[in-house]
Amino acid sequence: MSTIVSISTAPGIGGIGIIRMSGENTFKILNKIFRAKKPEDISKIPGYTIKYGYIVEEENIIDEVLVSYFKKPKSYTTEDMCEINSHGGNVVMRKILEICIKNGAELAEPGEFTKRAFLNGRIDLSQAESVIDIINAKTDREAKEGIKQLEGYLAEQIKKIKEGLLEVITNIEVSIDYPEYDTPEVLEEDLKNKINEATKQLETLEKSFDNGKIIKEGIKTAIIGKPNSGKSSLLNAILKEERAIVTEYEGTTRDTIEEFVNINGIPLKLIDTAGIRKTDNEVEKIGIEKSKKIAKDADLIIVIIDGSKDLTDIDNEILDNVNSNKTIIILNKMDLEQKINENTDKIKNFKNVIKISALKKEGIENLYEKITELFNLNKINVDNDIIITNERHKNQIQKAIKNLNDAKNSLNSNMPIDIVAISLKDVLTNLGEITGEEASEEIINEIFSRFCLGK
Amino acid sequence: MTYLAGEYDVAVIGAGHAGCEAALAAARMGMKTIVFSISLEAVANMPCNPHIGGSSKGHLVREIDALGGEMGKNIDKTMIQVKMLNLSKGPAVHSLRAQADRKRYQMEMKHTLEKQENLELKQAEIVDIKIKNGKVYSIETDIGAIYKIKTLIVATGTYLGGKIFIGDYYKESGPDGVFPANKLSKCLTKLGIKLIRLKTGTPARINRKSIDFSKMEIQKGDDNIIPFSFDDKIEIFEQQDCYLTYTTEETHKIIRENLHRSPLYGGIIEGTGPRYCPSIEDKVVRFSDKPRHQVFIEPIGLDTDEMYAQGLSSSLPEDVQIAMYRTIPGLENCEFTRPAYAIEYDSIDPSKLKLSLEYKDIEGLFFAGQTNGTSGYEEAACQGIIAGINASLKIKQKEPVIIDRTQGYIGVLIDDIVTKGTNEPYRMMTSRAEYRLLLRQDNADLRLTEIGHKVGLISDERYERFLKKKENIEKEVERLKHTTVKPTEKVNAFLENKRTNKISTGTKLAELLKRTEITYEDLSVIDEERPILSEQEKEETEIQIKYEGYINIEQEQVKKFKKMESKALSPDINYEDIKGLSLEARQKLNNIKPLSIGQASRISGVSPADINVLLIYLQMKKKNV
Repeated sequence: MSTIVSISTAPGIGGIGIIRMSGENTFKILNKIFRAKKPEDISKIPGYTIKYGYIVEEENIIDEVLVSYFKKPKSYTTEDMCEINSHGGNVVMRKILEICIKNGAELAEPGEFTKRAFLNGRIDLSQAESVIDIINAKTDREAKEGIKQLEGYLAEQIKKIKEGLLEVITNIEVSIDYPEYDTPEVLEEDLKNKINEATKQLETLEKSFDNGKIIKEGIKTAIIGKPNSGKSSLLNAILKEERAIVTEYEGTTRDTIEEFVNINGIPLKLIDTAGIRKTDNEVEKIGIEKSKKIAKDADLIIVIIDGSKDLTDIDNEILDNVNSNKTIIILNKMDLEQKINENTDKIKNFKNVIKISALKKEGIENLYEKITELFNLNKINVDNDIIITNERHKNQIQKAIKNLNDAKNSLNSNMPIDIVAISLKDVLTNLGEITGEEASEEIINEIFSRFCLGK
Repeated sequence: MTYLAGEYDVAVIGAGHAGCEAALAAARMGMKTIVFSISLEAVANMPCNPHIGGSSKGHLVREIDALGGEMGKNIDKTMIQVKMLNLSKGPAVHSLRAQADRKRYQMEMKHTLEKQENLELKQAEIVDIKIKNGKVYSIETDIGAIYKIKTLIVATGTYLGGKIFIGDYYKESGPDGVFPANKLSKCLTKLGIKLIRLKTGTPARINRKSIDFSKMEIQKGDDNIIPFSFDDKIEIFEQQDCYLTYTTEETHKIIRENLHRSPLYGGIIEGTGPRYCPSIEDKVVRFSDKPRHQVFIEPIGLDTDEMYAQGLSSSLPEDVQIAMYRTIPGLENCEFTRPAYAIEYDSIDPSKLKLSLEYKDIEGLFFAGQTNGTSGYEEAACQGIIAGINASLKIKQKEPVIIDRTQGYIGVLIDDIVTKGTNEPYRMMTSRAEYRLLLRQDNADLRLTEIGHKVGLISDERYERFLKKKENIEKEVERLKHTTVKPTEKVNAFLENKRTNKISTGTKLAELLKRTEITYEDLSVIDEERPILSEQEKEETEIQIKYEGYINIEQEQVKKFKKMESKALSPDINYEDIKGLSLEARQKLNNIKPLSIGQASRISGVSPADINVLLIYLQMKKKNV
């Protein structure tokens, strides 16, 4: 049986979550992604052991975790199993899930752990019918979700991508099945273009599919502002928010710290929080240049301005250098008498201006609302099932991209056309898994509707 | 008056391409066999195109041969032109196609039947089938001869309820002016077997002397003659030419002006026509923007001047046909020997069959060929041999031979029609095969000879030769994988000459062979100790190494497929009783009664969730036992 993985705790803003993996390659995969504090050969680790360590990806530490080992047949599914206890919140858990899949695990179907437990004789027979009910219930919901997806953007995009591919595949297939007929010649250049085009579209889709990187990586957020404008109060206000989950780990550069915050399902990745904390005490040390650089990399810039004072040169320079489309201006210290407002010169160029008091934690909700609005977060449903469906679709899209690359490689190494066609047909199959169409049927229908063949 | 004319193990109705293979297979497996044809002049007839093979059909012929069938050997004896198609398109889709001397093909096949031990060939129309206790019991000819039988194979082709159309003229007839089998249709209906109407057609035949070939393109056969049968060697012979010409705007104009006189467009024909072989009027209507359509003029035999006009099938009135044909370059003065016609006939719903081709509700009754809703000689023949084998195995009380989708095009075809049914004549296509790179025409023997030998259709002698060939290939593949060539001057000069990168360290021959620039034959220059191998062995070795990576990928997919196929479902399951299945799935599953989870998953309307439910059901049953 294949090795399956899923997030097995209910979605939400709980602090701790469990990623569960089951199947013959469980420990092989775990070995690749988990660095135990005290490494030990798997054969020496008895079942029901818990080990402490880090989940890593390409040597980057993703999360600090506890891993429980279950050795077959003494596990829920009776297969080799592990449970990764993460405290990183939704974003991090999803990241771990993704790493498991990248290393060879398959995303579990709804109810699949239970199904395996049953199939392997772990669950009592009397429970069988309720298992069927569970699976049915899940799939019904899935079916509804599927229909919704199909009506929407995704199906439309995939249909478009498929059309282009179907055209070239049909040209290839018809030239193979009806070699004696005048059928359009399949030109290598044209084929390459179509493959590249489809790859590009799928890659775009893959990205947009992850809710524009947001769910996957969080919204890269920079908080900038002159010293004493309230950056660190804002940071603390966000971090101390009761519903926030915070993880701290080293960022891409050594001297910055990135923090994940997940509020009301809005994942924020705060850049250079260390810098904010440090420089607030060491006035003037913050280089404007550094702020600019950070602002450039960010998906979201929060410019914090002391509303109780007039704009300073530093404020003006910051305002001149940020992209207004991805910027929220915070007029802080609304509890004090205000010297500036939305209509003040320079500030009136910005669409997103809100007032808060970071110190008194007033108006923070306005900030979240603004972010939600800015990133269309209302349209992204973070319900667990939907994301899982998305993951599966994304999986197929990734497979399709891989198959397109294979096709391109075959073409480049001058493989005959039927070899290229194998990978291309697999692409149709991958995409068909999303839209529910069968590749060979589609090709044959296309052949007959487009070509005129016969005795 | 009726009389008891004899008792047989296997009876076959129809001696077309399906019937001949079925009868020969049964007789060769030691069954006392009898085969009936409505006319002995029509045995193994090709009432339409005079060729065997072509894309994917060539694969079928090779598979029939590997199982011990006759079609490959028969065309090898009677071909008048041969070509390997798709040579530039990759190893999986190379396809052999040969023009047959149609009369000689028939005579050879008929003689083979006549000579065959255990086999009797008789001219008679079967008009009745008697069933006793749910099993076939006897059949009766129109003149009252009754044969008691253990199994029956119905391979009636387009004869069953046949009706031909030429404009407003129509008559009840089989193909080529032979009688139709009308009474049998009524008998089948009486037995509760539902019949559907299908339609096909054929172009006119033209006298060679009335054709101006100077206005057409010549199409020649290959210099290198390759036989269909793995067991045959063919001497070089003088090949006949085919010709290519095109319809004109004038042709299309005549067709459009006379469409109202077509029985199809006039609404007289009720049968469903095949999408892949439309009549010329269909093509002109459906592809109205195409300025011309191809027409292939093919010889029918060495002792006749009749020529076949592929591409011009029609059911328009004869006067319109003549006028239309004469607008085509080279055919300006053509004289018809036979007009084009459309033919409508009865076929059964193939989803009522088991994968063994036995009818689900009547024991011992098998169906094969066009009667099952397929089209084409090769499609018919491959069902014939499977039905013949399985009717015999049934008598021997052995498990039927079921070729799955990973083993052959035959498996793809039978699985498709049985699992999905069909509402138009089904044609084999390479696109239908999921594991095309594994199901090549060159390795059909490696895939199926074992089965042919096991059932007794491949002689021990041929089997020994096959095992030797297989061993030679395996050894040679291993040798190439383990033989290293050093980067000597000679080797690098060779590589440079082949316009491929030089080597700087020792490299395995297999690695060099994987380069697209280098063939197995080329390597002989730097591979002096190679064994002497046959052409087939060399070809096979080369393909196995060159495409190894791709073959491995498909083999991985096959493993997944096999796993689902190995989860057996009993035909006795009543799907109404299984809680959790969707309504549609219940109906479809009860209708098809799939034999495995894999087959169930290919039924349209059965969702992955339904498959999950079935898996759980299976597990529950296992525990209850």
